[in-house]
Amino acid sequence: MALYIGTATSRIDGFAKVTGAAKYAAEFNVPNLAYGSVVTSTIAKGRIAGIDRSAALNVEGVLDVLTHEHRPAMADNDQAYHDEVAPAGSPFRPLYNGRIMFNGQPIALVVAETSEIARFAASLVQVEYETDSHITDMYREREGANSVKPPANPIEALFTPPKTRGRPEQALAAAAVRHASEYYVPVEHHNPMELYASTVIYEGNGTLTVYDKTQGVQNVQRYLCGVFGMKPEDLRVMSPFVGGGFGSGLRPQFEVVLAVLAARALQRSVRVVLTRPQMYVLGYRPAMIQRIDLGANTGGTLDAIVHDAITVTSQYEDYFRQETGWSGLLYQCANAKYGHKLARLDLATPCDMRAPSAPTAHFALESAMDELAIALKLDPLQFRLRCYSERDQNNDRPFSSKALRECYRQGAEAFGWDKRNPEPRAMRDGSDLVGWGMATGMWEALQMPITVRIVLGANGHAEVACATSDIGTGTYTIMAQVAAEMLGLPLDNISIKLGDSSLPGSPVEGGSWIAASVSNGIATTAESIRDELLRLAKQMPDSPLANAASNEVALVDGKLVGKDDPSRSVSIADAMRHGSVDRIEQEKTTNPANDTSRAHNTHAAVFAEVKIDEQLGVIRVTRVVSAVAAGRILNTKTASSQILGGVVWGIGMALHEESVIDHRYGRFMNRNFAEYHVPVNADIHDIRVIFVDEPDDSNPLGVKGLGEIGIVGVAAAIANAVYHATGKRVRDLPITLDKLRL
Amino acid sequence: MIDFDYVKARDVNDAIGQIAGHPAARFIAGGSNLVDLMKEDVERPTRLIDITGLPLKEIEETQAGSLRIGALVPNSDVAYDERITTRYPLLSSAILAGASAQLRNMASTGGNLLQRTRCLYFYDITTPCNKREPGSGCGALDGFNRLNAILGWSKACIAVHPSDMCVALAALEATVHVAGPRGERAIPFVDFHRLPGDTPEIDTNLAHDEIITAIELPPEGFHCNYSYLKIRDRLSYAFALVSVGAALRIEAGAIRVARIALGGVAHKPWRVPKAEQTLVGRQPNRQAFGEAAELLLRGAAGFAHNSFKIDLARRAIVRALEQATAGTPQSQSSKKIV
Repeated sequence: MALYIGTATSRIDGFAKVTGAAKYAAEFNVPNLAYGSVVTSTIAKGRIAGIDRSAALNVEGVLDVLTHEHRPAMADNDQAYHDEVAPAGSPFRPLYNGRIMFNGQPIALVVAETSEIARFAASLVQVEYETDSHITDMYREREGANSVKPPANPIEALFTPPKTRGRPEQALAAAAVRHASEYYVPVEHHNPMELYASTVIYEGNGTLTVYDKTQGVQNVQRYLCGVFGMKPEDLRVMSPFVGGGFGSGLRPQFEVVLAVLAARALQRSVRVVLTRPQMYVLGYRPAMIQRIDLGANTGGTLDAIVHDAITVTSQYEDYFRQETGWSGLLYQCANAKYGHKLARLDLATPCDMRAPSAPTAHFALESAMDELAIALKLDPLQFRLRCYSERDQNNDRPFSSKALRECYRQGAEAFGWDKRNPEPRAMRDGSDLVGWGMATGMWEALQMPITVRIVLGANGHAEVACATSDIGTGTYTIMAQVAAEMLGLPLDNISIKLGDSSLPGSPVEGGSWIAASVSNGIATTAESIRDELLRLAKQMPDSPLANAASNEVALVDGKLVGKDDPSRSVSIADAMRHGSVDRIEQEKTTNPANDTSRAHNTHAAVFAEVKIDEQLGVIRVTRVVSAVAAGRILNTKTASSQILGGVVWGIGMALHEESVIDHRYGRFMNRNFAEYHVPVNADIHDIRVIFVDEPDDSNPLGVKGLGEIGIVGVAAAIANAVYHATGKRVRDLPITLDKLRL
Repeated sequence: MIDFDYVKARDVNDAIGQIAGHPAARFIAGGSNLVDLMKEDVERPTRLIDITGLPLKEIEETQAGSLRIGALVPNSDVAYDERITTRYPLLSSAILAGASAQLRNMASTGGNLLQRTRCLYFYDITTPCNKREPGSGCGALDGFNRLNAILGWSKACIAVHPSDMCVALAALEATVHVAGPRGERAIPFVDFHRLPGDTPEIDTNLAHDEIITAIELPPEGFHCNYSYLKIRDRLSYAFALVSVGAALRIEAGAIRVARIALGGVAHKPWRVPKAEQTLVGRQPNRQAFGEAAELLLRGAAGFAHNSFKIDLARRAIVRALEQATAGTPQSQSSKKIV
C-alpha cells in the first residue's frame, strides 16, 4: 500500500520551478502587449493640484498616461473595493481621486510599447501638490491612539482583545514579584522575491484573463468585478505560481487595478510590474508598542497579566490582529486584562505578514516572561512549565490538542538546555560571550470552507482542482499526496490544478488554514469518488463487494478493497469498465464544523544560542532548535522547510529587519535589499526542526497547518539569549550591536 | 531611467575622445553601481561609453617590484590572484569582505574606486541631497544617519564611501594611474578621493574626461602582519558600520611601519599619519594600539543615530591591530571574529 501522507515527498512542481517552466505573473506573453510603469506620490498627505502629462505623452511609444482625471470608470462605493480579507474602513482606491494618503501612493500609470519607454516617460510626469501636514511617527501619535472598536462579526472577534477575567489590577498590586516593561517592534516588510505584477490579456471579445501575483485568485476576481462592474464569466484570474507572498498578496494590490484600467482604456493587453522600491508601499507589518505587566507569587506561578498594545494603522482602515490575547491563552493565570489601541498614521494600511500579531506579541510576552523568571530566580523553562495552561482561559474551553509540554521536553533535550549556566555572562567561547535563550510560540489552527473537484479517468489518473494558491509553501505537493493516498493511486498519476478563479471555490491562502482545509476537502471528495466506484462495483456480476458499505472499503493500489478483508477487491479499471464510464467526477464543498467548544492552536518551543563578541558586539545566532506541535504533518520535507524559513525570518526579525521611515517626509527610506536587511547565508548556522507527535480530531486527517508557527517565538528566544550572553536587555527590535553598548 | 546613447570605446584614447565634450556621459564597465543609480534616476547619463573592450585586464609585475592591476580586472579576479593573495593578502581580504560574490564578479577595479558614496538620501531623488543636487540641502544631517560619517564630514554632506577595497588600497599606499586628454598622470591613493567640503557633488580628483587605467601596488605588501576587520549589521552583503585595514611591519618585536585605514566612517578611506607614526618603534600592544585609535578618531563627531561608531571604531582598530600583530587576520569566509 502506497503511503504518501506524512512522508518526506519532494515538491511535484520542483522540476518546473528549477527549469523555468513554472511561469509567474509577469512571464505570460501575448502579441501586442503594452507595458505600464507606475508613478508614485512624493508627499505623504495632501492633494494633487495638477498632473502635467504632456512631456510623457510626447515620448515616442507612449500610448497613454492614466491618472485620476484620465481613466475609465471605476466603482464609487466602498463596498466594491471591499475584498475578502479587508479590515473595517474605506479601502484604498488606486487612481480614484486626487487625494494623497501616503507617500509612495500610485498616482499615474504610463503605458507604452516597451517597459523601458514606460519607465522613462514615468519620470517625466510632473505633479503639483497641495501639501497637508502628516504624522508617521507612532510615538508622536500614541497619546491620540484609540481603542479598537468592539467586534462587528465573529471574524473581528478573533482579533479584538479577550474580555477581562478576575481582578487583574488588585492581583497585580498584591503580587509578590512584578515585572513591567514596554517592548517595541518597528515596521517590517514582506520582501517576497517576486515583484508584484499583473499581465492582463485583453481577449477578442472584451473579456479579460488576468495573470496576477496573488494569494487568492477568486478574491481578486470578485474585487475586480466589483471595481469595474464586470461579470465573473468575463474575468478570469490566474496565479499558477507565486514567488513568495507571506501575506502581502492576501488583498488585491494596486498593480492589478492599474493593469486592468489600462487594458480597458486601450482595449489591449497590458503588463504592470512594480519596482522593488514600489513594493514597500503595498503593506507592512505594523509597528507596535506593547506594555506587559506580570505579577507572580513566590511559588513561581502567575497571578496577573495586564497586556496593552498600540499598533499602527492607516487613516482609512482599521487594521489590527489579536495582539494581546496570546498571553492569557498561553499561560495559566486567574487574572488577566487586555487592551489594544490603534495609532492612525499617514501611511498605507498595514497588512497581514507571516503570523500577523503573533511574532510581535510573543516577542513582548516571552521577553517579559524571561525577565520575570530572572526576577523569580527560576529557570525560564521551568517557569513556563509552572504556568502551563491546560485550558483556553480566555474563552473557558479546552484545547483540541496541545503537545507543547512535549515540545519543551524534546526541544530542551535536543538543545542541551540542562547544561545552561543561569548566570548572565557566565558562558564563554574564546572572545565570545555565549547566551542561551528560549521562548514559546503559538498560532491558530484554522480551517475554512473549500470546494474540491476530482476527475478520475479510467486510465487510473486523477485531476484534483481547487482555486487555492501555492505561494511556495508546497500546496501542490500535499494536495497530490493526499489525493494519491485517498484514491489509492501512485503520486505520479495525480495532477493538480490550482491558482485559477474558474476552479472550485477556495478562500485566500493565509492564516495557515489551506493545508487543513484543502487536504480534508480532497479526502471528502475522494470519498465520493470511492462511493461512486463502489456503486459501480456492486453492479458487477458476483461482485466481491456486493454487500460492502462505503465505510468498509478503501481505495488501495488502484483497487477498491474491503478494509477487513483485502481479498475482497475490485480494480478501479474493472468497476469503470463494467459501469461503462470513462470518468468519474465529483465536486464537494467541505464546511468544517465551527467547533467553538474547543480552542485550536499550534505551538512551538524555540531554543536559541547566540555568540557575541565581547568587545565589538557582533551577534551570531549559532544554534536554534524549534520543536513544533502542529497536528499531523502531511509532508515532513516541505513542513521542515516551512519551519526553517520561519526560523530564518525570526533571526531577521530579531537582528536585522526594520523599515526606516523619515518622518519629515513620511517616507520609507531603505526600500531595497541592500538597505533593508534580511539574513544572508552567512548569518544562518545550525537550525534543527523537530515535529512533536500531536493527534487531533478536529478534522478527519488531524491536520492543523504550520505555515506561520515557525516564526513565532524566535525573536524572543534570541533576545533572551542576548540577555543571557551579555546581561543587556534589548526591548526594541532589531537588536543591532549599537543597542548592546557593551 | 532616461534614454541614452550607447557607444563602445576601442582603446583608451578612443574612450577619452568619446567622453570629451559630453559632460553628461559616463564610462561603464561592470555597471554594478552606475546601473543601480540610473534605475533610480540618480544618475542620468545621456551617453554610456562601454569600456569593457579596453586592454586593461592584466595584473603585471613591474621592474621596480610593484604590481600593476589593470582597471578592468574584476574584483574577484584580484581577490583570488595568487600574487595578491601571497603578497597583498590585505587587499584580497578587503575585497572579499565587500558586496556579494555576484557583484564582485561584475565590478571592475577602476569602477570600485568610483562607487558613489552611500547615503539613503543620495539614493532617493524625492529628498534633498547636496551631492545629487547641489544646494538642495542634506537630508541625512537631521534624518536617518546611522550609516553616515563621523569623520571629515561637512554641513553639506555626511555620506561615507562604501568601498572595502579602497580601504586596503589606502593602507597599502597604492597609486592610481589615469589617462586623459592632457596625458597620463599618477595620483597617490590618499589624494584620489575627496572630503565633501562645500562641493560634495565631486567625489574624486579624477577629471570628467580622465579614465583610470591601473592601480599600482608598491613592493611592500605587509603579508605577515595584516588584517581587514569589517563590522556590519549582517555578515555579508552589507556596508561597513566601521571597517579597519591594518598593516604592520614588525622587526625584533617592535613596529617599524604601521598603516591603518578606516572604512565606513568618512567620505573617503580615513588615514591619519600621526596615528601610524605613534606606533613606530613601539612594541605592539593594546596600550599603543589604543593611542593610535585615539589619534585616528581625533575630532570624530556623530549625529543622532551614528555616534556609536566612534567607540566601535576605537575597539575595531585595536582588535584589527591585535589580529595583525598575532598573524591571525580576520577570515572573510568564517564570520567569527578572531
